[in-house]
Amino acid sequence: MSIVALGRFQFAMTTIYHYFFVPFSIGTGLVVAIMETMYVITKKDEYLKMTKFWGNIFLLSFAVGVVTGIIQEFQFGMNWSAYSRFVGDIFGAPLAVEALLAFFMESTFLGLWIFTWKMVSPKLHVTFMWIVTLASSLSALWILAANSFMQHPTGYTIKNGHAVMTSFSALLKNPQLWYEFGHVIAAAIVTGGIIITGLSAFQLLKKKEGNPDFYKKSMHIGLLVALFGSIAVLTAGDLQMKALVKEQPMKFAATEGLYKNSGDPASWTLVAWANENGHKRVWGIEVPYVLSILAYDEPSGSVKGMNAINKQLVKEYGNRNYYPPVNTLFWSFRIMAGFGTLMLLVSLLGLFFTRKKNQLLYRQKWMLWILGLCTFTPFLANTTGWLVTELGRYPWTVYGLFTIKQSISPNVSVASLLISNTVYFLLFTGIGATMISLVVRELKKGPDYEEKLDEEEKRAAKIDPFDKEAFE
Amino acid sequence: MSGLQLLWFILIAVLFSGFFFLEGFDFGVGMAVQSLTHNENEKDQIVATIGPVWDGNEVWLITAGGALFASYPFWYATLFSGYYLILLMILAGLIVRGVSFEFRKNVPAKRKQFWNWTLSIGSLIVPFFFGVMFISMIEGMPIDADGNMSATFGDYINLFSVVGGVAMVLLSYLHGLNYIALKTTGPIRDRAKNYAKFLYGILYIGLVAFAVLMYFETDFFKMHFATTLILLVLMVVLTVIANVAVMKAAEITTFVASGATFVALVALIFTGMFPRVMISSISSKYDLLITNSSSSPYTLKIMSYTAIMFLPLVLAYIGWTYYVFRRRVKHAPVLETK
Repeated sequence: MSIVALGRFQFAMTTIYHYFFVPFSIGTGLVVAIMETMYVITKKDEYLKMTKFWGNIFLLSFAVGVVTGIIQEFQFGMNWSAYSRFVGDIFGAPLAVEALLAFFMESTFLGLWIFTWKMVSPKLHVTFMWIVTLASSLSALWILAANSFMQHPTGYTIKNGHAVMTSFSALLKNPQLWYEFGHVIAAAIVTGGIIITGLSAFQLLKKKEGNPDFYKKSMHIGLLVALFGSIAVLTAGDLQMKALVKEQPMKFAATEGLYKNSGDPASWTLVAWANENGHKRVWGIEVPYVLSILAYDEPSGSVKGMNAINKQLVKEYGNRNYYPPVNTLFWSFRIMAGFGTLMLLVSLLGLFFTRKKNQLLYRQKWMLWILGLCTFTPFLANTTGWLVTELGRYPWTVYGLFTIKQSISPNVSVASLLISNTVYFLLFTGIGATMISLVVRELKKGPDYEEKLDEEEKRAAKIDPFDKEAFE
Repeated sequence: MSGLQLLWFILIAVLFSGFFFLEGFDFGVGMAVQSLTHNENEKDQIVATIGPVWDGNEVWLITAGGALFASYPFWYATLFSGYYLILLMILAGLIVRGVSFEFRKNVPAKRKQFWNWTLSIGSLIVPFFFGVMFISMIEGMPIDADGNMSATFGDYINLFSVVGGVAMVLLSYLHGLNYIALKTTGPIRDRAKNYAKFLYGILYIGLVAFAVLMYFETDFFKMHFATTLILLVLMVVLTVIANVAVMKAAEITTFVASGATFVALVALIFTGMFPRVMISSISSKYDLLITNSSSSPYTLKIMSYTAIMFLPLVLAYIGWTYYVFRRRVKHAPVLETK
């Protein structure tokens, strides 16, 4: 196997795994912040219980997100040193700013949030959680600024074979950044809402659930958050797609499996399979007009196919293969958009069937099962969404400027890459299994665990663990 | 060499100093979990002393890495691709250690011991390999004309780099013991001091070996005789101060002195390399220099503005956190974190 293939595999494995936990923690963090705010406003103990219970699941996902995130920053230098040299002048800055502006804030205030339950007022305490949520969103902004440059380079010039920054504000004004940021944050909100909804549904399916009201209330908050996020994610996704038609026509054509130029009006392909080597579609089911509407917001206008775009790219950038992996992109896009729409419907119907007048949902097991199974859908949608974004940029790392083949570290051996891939794979498997078992354990314990503790343990819990000051 | 290039060379040294000063005691406490404690309660007690801060302390490393990438992309690229397997070990250590904090408090009692071990071992691996990396770096590594490093086992692992790795571990462990003495009450506090008293004796031997090897294995004395000597002496003086303070039970002085030892060590490495950032053992023509491996003046300027604007704010809330958690940890905070 080549070092490029192994390096790409590692990038895919580590980023996909990391990205299971990023929207998980940003989203559940937001819901926890909302729950604690409700507690501060209403002073009802049930909201405090929710904050602590879901807060613990949030903390588990946060911990795994943090440790797998460090790999990302190191990976550019380790596996992609030629890329790092080419683009470091521009790409490094948002990474450094992300650490300085977001990571310090996030970790410091999370530390305060975890350990000051008994030390500060509830109002100050919930402020810590909101600062954590703000900081997580800020970190997304900066890392996406780096990614957006790769998708759509702005504010640079090429000097001695390296990209050099000419305008920092252009990096932040990159339209691609704001589509991505809106999309990613909205998707994280959906993820948080759906996870809490789905896990609550599983709990309500249990025969002997001791505190069904707790999960019903949690589910209600989860559904509201998911609904809000779903609407936002579809809006952001739609805007992003319309920009894609202009900025990266190849990616757009590939997600539609379009080899030949479409007719006018363009019909949208619901399902299809492509012969990637022969550059043609084997079969497909088409819906008239819809692609024109998706691309241009009007029932007319044709969309360029990959064969024409390839010719154009060869003329512009030289002779190489510009076709991305079409079937992967086509199906990833449909899985993402399909589950995105499903989550919108589920949150809408979920809210409808749990309204005060008619709480049909709690009596229908199959409905609870659907909600429960939805717990896994945001992970699939988030992953496939990034597959479209990243694989669709093929063959570039920086669109139009630098290719994947040019980017790899020339001095890293196949053996080193095999070792690191194995180490990461084993670590991820172990951590993932532990993480899942701990979430299950937390659910089994339930929100009333503290109340069920022995008297003695309860007394111990009340003793202040802190003694006199150390810095006196 | 421009002023901004020099500023960022210094800032990277500052960020690594901050990382070792702060995360150094986290590593020490992590190692102490399995080596200093007598029961589960004491393990929880010392973990609680770093609970609120360890994650923030680790951000110093992420910021150092990001700043290196942004201000010296050629240094970053050469260092990170060249030290591939060493950095993999560091990452693996950071990963298992990082999740251990969260996992050990959530797993069933019988599994907890496993995550205590991963916490301790992870906390040992990271400083060891950082020591190996920085020391072999100043010995010089086979870097070619394109700035690519193709090193073999002996380049990474040799007498001096292993001494450097062990010294890093020992310094971290002592720093952790001093932190435990400062932040706890009860038997663990006295035990931490007793361990420290013994280990300072060993550190003196380590420091002498370190200085001798530095004389023979690097060109630091030839290139920068005065600063190298002064900083080595400073490390010894700080060690003496810490040693005397631990005898006199002056806990703050001990802790500050052991932390400052890391700062002196980083300063020693950076001043010794100056004006180089990576030393080539093939030819001095291939050394990476401050002048030829930095970002453009524009990027450095933007980064400087950002740092000037936000670093004071960051330092302020970090300082405030330490103030909030200034009290000693008496016993494990039962359910405090649940």
